[in-house]
Amino acid sequence: MTDDILMDIKRDYVLSRIRAGERIDGRKFDEFRPISVQTGIIEKAEGSALVKLGNTQVVVGVKMQIGEPFPDTPDRGIIITNAELVPLASPTFEPGPPDENSIELARVVDRGIRESEAINLEKLCIEEGEQVWMVFIDIHALDDDGNLMDASAMAAIAALMNTVVPAERFEVGEDFPLPVQDLPISITSLVVDDKLLVDPCRDEMSVGSNLMTITSDREGRVVAMQKSGSYLLPEEKFYELLELSVAKAREIREAVESQIAKGGRNGEDEES
Amino acid sequence: MEKPKLIVDGKRLDGRGFEELRPIKIEAGVLKRADGSCYLEMGKNKIIAAVYGPREVHPRHLQDPSKAVIRYRYNMAPFSVEERKKPGPDRRSVEISKVSREALEPVIMKELFPRSGIDVFVEVLQADAGTRTACLNAASVALIDAGVAMRGMITAVAVAKVDGQLVLDPMKEEDNYGEADVPIAFLIRNGRIEAIALLQMDGRLTLEETRRAIELAKKGVMQIYKLQREAIMRKYMREGEDYEGSAEAAEVAKELSENEGGSEKEGGQSEQEVKE
Repeated sequence: MTDDILMDIKRDYVLSRIRAGERIDGRKFDEFRPISVQTGIIEKAEGSALVKLGNTQVVVGVKMQIGEPFPDTPDRGIIITNAELVPLASPTFEPGPPDENSIELARVVDRGIRESEAINLEKLCIEEGEQVWMVFIDIHALDDDGNLMDASAMAAIAALMNTVVPAERFEVGEDFPLPVQDLPISITSLVVDDKLLVDPCRDEMSVGSNLMTITSDREGRVVAMQKSGSYLLPEEKFYELLELSVAKAREIREAVESQIAKGGRNGEDEES
Repeated sequence: MEKPKLIVDGKRLDGRGFEELRPIKIEAGVLKRADGSCYLEMGKNKIIAAVYGPREVHPRHLQDPSKAVIRYRYNMAPFSVEERKKPGPDRRSVEISKVSREALEPVIMKELFPRSGIDVFVEVLQADAGTRTACLNAASVALIDAGVAMRGMITAVAVAKVDGQLVLDPMKEEDNYGEADVPIAFLIRNGRIEAIALLQMDGRLTLEETRRAIELAKKGVMQIYKLQREAIMRKYMREGEDYEGSAEAAEVAKELSENEGGSEKEGGQSEQEVKE
């Protein structure tokens, strides 16, 4: 009960600030929280990254195995993306098999990577029709302070860029870096009345979870979209979101790249 | 497999133009036990939707004292696709169920049915691309058939990019080999498109193409919307004939068809009068 009242108070506060043209943490409507990317943090994984988006934290680990290709793509590697919203990351996450939220998270991140052709899957063929590399992307949420979607997508691509294919361990030649050829960036916005708030934090989500995620590639093409949440989106708002997200993705891509360039070292928080 | 040419001499593989829908058949009230139901064919897609409720919510703790709880289950029959699909929900159908439910939730007047549950079950009997949109079209008709108060109709269609060309309502081959797929659902009220209720996309589109895809979808849904309305009217004219008041039923139907403005809710109410 007290929770409900507190939520009501919080929601009213957040809404009144948004209507006054401000965000509760002082950010501009189109401003991300500080982004930090550390790569190579899990030695046992073929690639890994820890992304912090404000207080939101996600680890992604990439593991690779040899498997049989799908019959319709005999000469291509396989991507398998999974997300675990472990109970440690939020009081509302529960143990058990993945629920619809973690499935959606994994599938939207997967779409961004797959459709931008970020991984050159043809280079992951070992023997056509027989053996290909399987890339397992595992998203592990650590702290959900809002917008796990963008944090996970960033962590996934950062981990892939950090991945070395363990060919020697599987005795199929020499190790080589995973062929990554694009850097898709997803931008999630919260739609509140006629305002669009990029990278919503948890407290902002108390006004509702009217979200839209738009992922774009290096060329500024849209590669994935997902409207998430029970709400109706006016068409004009969608066009506004489209422009905003693709423009914002350019800026965030640069921030992520400069963080990755710093490598496995503990990257300092950087304003996006 | 080699990608076949999907557009030959300006026509699609099944002879359709770029902005042409597949043949659609919609019938409301096809199941006896369900409170509302609908059978829908869109090309080779065969969909059956049932609505149960408003009724008591079963695990009782799921009840909401202020509004109805909506549940949506998208399910594919094992025989609906070329290669047998393992029965039961997979990750894809969990995601589809989620976004479809989220499309219907703001349109159903949930506040009118506190503590109750409205279950929408959609079965794909045969799949040929665009099943999530076909299912939403069927679910929308089934909800109206069940007499659930709605703010308007949900009508959905997919747009794809194949051989560099945007096409409406892709079929399987176009979906498999296409460069992008955009399923989209709109709220249509009083014959006007009011908002986007569902939107997903995978593939690769420029900003301009994305905008054009939405425009193309809008053209498609207006045609489907007409067929959805007709299906509902047919059902109630049929029912009306069993009664003394068949003339009245016909009048209501006429009024509905003349007045594109008659909202779904009004339609539902007058239809209930006819039943009584």
